[in-house]
Amino acid sequence: MKVHLKIKRFNPEKDKKPYWGEYDIEADESDRVLDALQTVKWTIDGALNFRRSCAHGICGSDAMRINGRNALACKLLIRDAVHNGAITVEPILGLPLIKDLIVDMEPFFAHYRAVMPFLVNNNEPGERERLQSQEQRARYDDGTKCILCACCTTSCPSFWARGEYVGPAAIVQAHRFIFDSRDEGAADRLEVLVEPDGVWRCRTVFNCTEVCPRDIQVTKLIGEVKQALVTGKID
Amino acid sequence: MAQYHQFDALVVGAGGSGLMAALYASKSVNTAVISKLYPTRSHTGAAQGGIAAALGNMEPDKWEWHAYDTVKGGDFLSDQDAVDVLCQEAVEAVIDLEHMGLPFDRTPDGKISQRRFGGHSNNETKKPVMRACHAADRTGHMILQTLYQQCIKNNVRFFDEFQMVDMIIVDGVCRGIVAVELNTGELHVFHSKAVMLATGGFGKVWKITSNAHSLTGDGPAIILRKNLPLEDMEFYQFHPTGIYKMGILLSEAARGEGAVFINDKGERFMERYAPTMKDLASRDVCSRSIYKEVRAGNGIGGKDYVYLDFRPDRINKYFEADGSPRRVDAEYIETRLPDIIEFVRVYMGIDPIVEPVPIQPTAHYAMGGIPTDLDARVLADETGKVVEGLYAAGEAACVSVHGANRLGTNSLVDIVVFGRRGGIRMAEYCQQAQFQPISQESHTRAEAILNGIRNSTGAESPGQIRKELQMHMDEHVGVFRTREKLEIALEEIRSLKERYKKIKIDDKGMRWNTDLMEAWELGCLLDLAEATAVSGLAREESRGGHYREDFPNRDDVNFLKHTMVWTDNHITYKPVHIGRYQPTERKY
Repeated sequence: MKVHLKIKRFNPEKDKKPYWGEYDIEADESDRVLDALQTVKWTIDGALNFRRSCAHGICGSDAMRINGRNALACKLLIRDAVHNGAITVEPILGLPLIKDLIVDMEPFFAHYRAVMPFLVNNNEPGERERLQSQEQRARYDDGTKCILCACCTTSCPSFWARGEYVGPAAIVQAHRFIFDSRDEGAADRLEVLVEPDGVWRCRTVFNCTEVCPRDIQVTKLIGEVKQALVTGKID
Repeated sequence: MAQYHQFDALVVGAGGSGLMAALYASKSVNTAVISKLYPTRSHTGAAQGGIAAALGNMEPDKWEWHAYDTVKGGDFLSDQDAVDVLCQEAVEAVIDLEHMGLPFDRTPDGKISQRRFGGHSNNETKKPVMRACHAADRTGHMILQTLYQQCIKNNVRFFDEFQMVDMIIVDGVCRGIVAVELNTGELHVFHSKAVMLATGGFGKVWKITSNAHSLTGDGPAIILRKNLPLEDMEFYQFHPTGIYKMGILLSEAARGEGAVFINDKGERFMERYAPTMKDLASRDVCSRSIYKEVRAGNGIGGKDYVYLDFRPDRINKYFEADGSPRRVDAEYIETRLPDIIEFVRVYMGIDPIVEPVPIQPTAHYAMGGIPTDLDARVLADETGKVVEGLYAAGEAACVSVHGANRLGTNSLVDIVVFGRRGGIRMAEYCQQAQFQPISQESHTRAEAILNGIRNSTGAESPGQIRKELQMHMDEHVGVFRTREKLEIALEEIRSLKERYKKIKIDDKGMRWNTDLMEAWELGCLLDLAEATAVSGLAREESRGGHYREDFPNRDDVNFLKHTMVWTDNHITYKPVHIGRYQPTERKY
């Protein structure tokens, strides 16, 4: 089928401000939006820039704003993206634009690092695995699916309004450890998250949950962290 | 001009082996990781089904059985001393990962859960054994995340989105690397006492592949250009279950949980090819069996694919036929294989719980690569001479544990075991070694190559050359090979290499010039494709993943040896380290 692609372009070495590049290509309706971008890059304009790697929704490189909604370009098919023969692609919002669809991810990863996204447990673990029941394991399962693509954080109006807000992705990562029975760092993480730029900036808009390509119940997890702060209990 | 940095140890690549090496090296020496992707984008994250270790949590198991299965899976080309290290250390490596926080699935008594996987067996009963430790079907994702988390905890220094384009090796000693900072286009010289190459595979040589766009074999390609050899390049694994036409991987864990291959007649055809292990025979055997069915006209609708069937009622039917008491339901399958079920739903638009899934073999894994010893030290030739200060691990390397065909889950074992060993050894080396001087001009060769591409005024399109390369490799250097096919492939690759000299790119800028970097990577792919075809042509036998229709049998008299291929296409050989297991005919 014929697809009209409208892609937000910006070359910092040439352009004063972003503009729309328009391209007509042939695509299969079962192709990914990423395939369409590759077609433009490989056959029309090699200077089109975007991040991509695995091409099947697991590496998290190609988060973009497609038709006004965040998605991974490799996990959205042409048939589901095309409206009246056209697809609009822009960089994700709220992070500094670098070139075409590439934004500076560093502020996003800085928020991620701020919540201590690693197991804290200073006890000698012994020679075998630590035991964890199936129920304890299931308690934090949802957050372990996160691929740090930033679809959630860059669709959040609170994050757009204030880039210092840690954002949904960092809270999901904190949740993954706070509710892990093996972890002992919850108090330190909650200390970060109780700050003005922590969980309370979440206004439960649910944009994050709607766009998560891993179907994580992001708003629910944020709610559980809020509850832990209010009740002082983690359960 | 280039920016200059100095670190004791450099790790290039931030997948499982690179991060493991960095974690261990950084405990004692000043270490940096250089990665062309953000670490969490690395392809370790795409590994699905599990990591093998003879924990014996579900049923009796021994690391020696794991070792025998690995050697047999490798069609007796594996170096058995390396396999012993792999399988023995797998146990502590998996426990190490759990201690780091990896969220393994659990048994009812809270231990790490394990499941069946292709080629892994109880050596006494010959039946599949539950050895693959798993976190749903995203085990690799969890390994990558956990190792990155630990690197953050331990303040490992990262240079993210820096791409290596050259190495500095002078008088046989590795002294650092040259990398492009993608955001600025500037060159950086990293001066070091030691370098670990953990750059991953090169599946993008083929079109139908499970591999990421970024898997272009940068490390092995640079090794060739440094006039160092690559080992066993003809042994490339085609995984039997790629999503039809796309190549996206559907984990062998599906068959571990009971899924079966079905042909157009509705037959469970693996019963004919592997009477004991059936659908859990090794990957090379399954991929060949699929294409034999296709050739016999038993592909679905006469086409070039078969079905992978994981409908619960069918799985139960086959359990019953096998006399197994196991039964599954839709909820169980969804819990054990959530990601691959989603892949099928998203990319094929069908529900594997109610419909069988069209699959075909997909280019998946390089058994071959940069030759190393048991401590991940890179070997300079077939005599075992070491390149001082240079290490390699993971898919980029060939130690060789996988021999002619890798068993499922052993890639993850390989990265954690040899990543760790390499990291430890590299740190020990750095503690006693001195920085060797490097020239002020260390970056100029890389600069010339990149400017050559940037300013080239030819007419050839890199995208077109890549497309043709992949087409020829799928056609002629796939599951079935012959002298004629390999010769055609070589001729085509060499002609593409000529055309590559006359390419033209659109982006002449400095910042985030992926047009330039993709063109540079294409050069790597061309070199590695040539090395693969040359090695395959010379090996006139069939073994593991290398199947020659004109030489259909294994030939231990002439070919029980490792291939070493060099940049000028000449080949030398080195012996296989045989240990407890003498080569025998392989049956599943």
